[in-house]
Amino acid sequence: MAQAPALPGGFELPLEPRLPRIGSVDAVALEARAADLAKRSIKRESKLFALDLAVRMIDLTTLEGADTPGKVAALCSKAVRPDPVDRSVPSVAAVCVYPNLVPTARQRLEGTGVKVASVATAFPSGQSPLEVKVADVRAAVELGADEVDMVIDRGAFLSGRYAKVYDEIVRVKEVCGRTHLKVILETGELGTYDNVRRASLLAMAAGADFIKTSTGKVAPAATLPVTLCMLEAIRDVHEETGRMVGMKPAGGIRVAKQAIQYLCVLHETLGVAWLTPDLFRFGASSLLNDVLQQIRKQKTGVYQSGDYFTID
Amino acid sequence: MSDVAKRGTAVPAPLAWDYAPAPEARDIVSFEARYGLYIGGEVVEPRSGEWYSTISPATEEHLAEVATARTEDVDVAVQAARDAFENGWSSLRPGERAKYLFRIARILLERSREFAVAESLNSGKPIKESRDVDLPISAAHFFYYAGWADKLEYAFPNRSPRPLGVAGQIIPWNFPLLMLAWKIAPALACGNTVVLKPSHTTPLTALLFTDVCRQAGLPPGVVNIVTGDGRTGADLVRHPDVDKIAFTGSTEVGKDIQRAVAGTRKRLTLELGGKAANIVFDDAALDQAIEGIINGIYFNQGEVCCAGSRLLVQESIYEQVIAKLKRRMETLRVGDPLDKNTDVGAINSREQLERITELVASGEEEGAEIFQPSCALPERGFWFRPTVFTNVAQSYRIAQEEIFGPVLSVLTFRTPDEAVEKANNTAYGLSAGVWTEKGSRILWMAERLRAGVVWANTFNRFDPASPFGGYKESGFGREGGRHGLEAYLRFD
Repeated sequence: MAQAPALPGGFELPLEPRLPRIGSVDAVALEARAADLAKRSIKRESKLFALDLAVRMIDLTTLEGADTPGKVAALCSKAVRPDPVDRSVPSVAAVCVYPNLVPTARQRLEGTGVKVASVATAFPSGQSPLEVKVADVRAAVELGADEVDMVIDRGAFLSGRYAKVYDEIVRVKEVCGRTHLKVILETGELGTYDNVRRASLLAMAAGADFIKTSTGKVAPAATLPVTLCMLEAIRDVHEETGRMVGMKPAGGIRVAKQAIQYLCVLHETLGVAWLTPDLFRFGASSLLNDVLQQIRKQKTGVYQSGDYFTID
Repeated sequence: MSDVAKRGTAVPAPLAWDYAPAPEARDIVSFEARYGLYIGGEVVEPRSGEWYSTISPATEEHLAEVATARTEDVDVAVQAARDAFENGWSSLRPGERAKYLFRIARILLERSREFAVAESLNSGKPIKESRDVDLPISAAHFFYYAGWADKLEYAFPNRSPRPLGVAGQIIPWNFPLLMLAWKIAPALACGNTVVLKPSHTTPLTALLFTDVCRQAGLPPGVVNIVTGDGRTGADLVRHPDVDKIAFTGSTEVGKDIQRAVAGTRKRLTLELGGKAANIVFDDAALDQAIEGIINGIYFNQGEVCCAGSRLLVQESIYEQVIAKLKRRMETLRVGDPLDKNTDVGAINSREQLERITELVASGEEEGAEIFQPSCALPERGFWFRPTVFTNVAQSYRIAQEEIFGPVLSVLTFRTPDEAVEKANNTAYGLSAGVWTEKGSRILWMAERLRAGVVWANTFNRFDPASPFGGYKESGFGREGGRHGLEAYLRFD
């Protein structure tokens, strides 16, 4: 087994004997709690605060076979200045693309503060030999990605080969060096919240800087209960080790109302310390324009049609 | 650990995110200045000539004047109920009775926002609870028993079920409308008529309900509402022409009632206090168990007869549970019951607040360790911080007596046997909770716990199809489900 760069206490190797003690999740109660938090009513200045925060937390994403430098360039401009009319609207956190398009994004985003994130490790399935995945990550890093979003090997996880999943994350983390590593669990394929919790703890133990719900290629992608489950795992790691791991729900978050619900779950599970793009991101593309529309509504009191917001 | 151990954030997090007030609109409900008694389908002035003021416990503001029914008023109400019983209601085709109940259920749903606001105003409970719990379950109760009305022969085959006659029903202030539904729905479904006395402090939703009866076209006298204090209730209990008394409230009053009906032909069901154990095993899904503990004791400010007021934690996870619990308590939002984000509302009355305060002081005196979150409380009104006591011995008053407030006493256990022993070591026996991932242990515990309801991996869940009631000093008789019909029927 490979050596983890820094093991949080309480989740040491070997992992397998510890897994049963990692705790379990009650699905009914978890979903009830998430539904309860989704009913928070966020109004006026607290809503504007949340909308502004949501913009700053977005990883503006395009992960299509049809992506071109032109498409990515346009997305980067949008990322830097989401609302050309209202300059008080901040930039998003990052632009997330395939490795081939990292140089384009890098060039367009130099000096803007917006980060470049790249998916790697045989995204989205993760079904390639480890050396291919490592090479994929190395390429993304060398091309200038600030952040790497890797996928775990769900096949290995679901067949109980946890050590393989763990070792891969450790290897990828080594290759990443100072590049931030987000580990995608693809919760839609894990089947149970117990598995989501196990995979979360495993990824954090292996050195993940962020844990992320989904690739966006599998339904269901991010859901509120899955996010709550992962945030509770992050909370347990923090309580036991002091380490602050980030969270990124991705896929299926399309409207501002949902984003605010996620922020309420985050706020009431991990507290204000996590209300920063350094520790929470939304993986989304269509979410941004809805948030912009809501911000303008909050500031002017009227809704403007979609035609007043750029599509990129 | 070193470099990744504590990663600083480049973008600093804010110091706080305060949710702006999100009050539910109050203008959907308008109270009349004065509410008389509802007798024989009409609002009548009390013969007693007495009135009292009902208030909002969150602000102490006056909401309406309400009549006090005395002996003579109660007598008229019972007569009206008797007339309605003899002259139509008891001989009505059961399917017709069901129609009225279905109508009431539908009207309650249609007017649920209005009733939720009224309930929160008069009782102090958070709007999210009156909106998401009290109203839907009240309506569900009427729907449920409407379905039984024409199937009584199937519920009790070969036993010729017959209505009892006039039911005198006395309900508490913690779930004013829901307890009304629990009482009135099965009584009417079985062909009885009722005289209902709401609690002194929370009469308003019962009085609004009279309008629902009118809207539903319910024949006059089938439902009669008499408001007042303990004396009104006593008059109802002693009235010779009442066939059945159903009471939900304190064990103390329950005992008085049982004494009063002893030797009469009156049937009696009592749903009294509780001191439920919420038992958390070391293999439980902890974060969800924490939510269950919170819901068990802070739901409706802990003013719940089946509240999980004693937490029994397995020793091996004690510290973890307490740390998680305290952290969670810090996120509870205490304040304006009409704010949609409020988790814990106002205590129902000054009297109740004094009782809670006194018992909490006794806990501190006896040596238990107290923890309360730092939340701010409104200046006016009746408020009490969510409270947890650790280092509690089984002998302390806070572990024995029902507090009926947001106060949790934590005890520990080592083995399942010890958990059962401690859970059952109380004068009450209304409910219990078991938190474990092990199905066989849930069944093992449920067999041994002397409690009317045992929740597994959940708490404070109510469904009209599920019977509810107590062991020992928690009372007798069951409400809800097919069992709930029996309390309103005689069998030839």
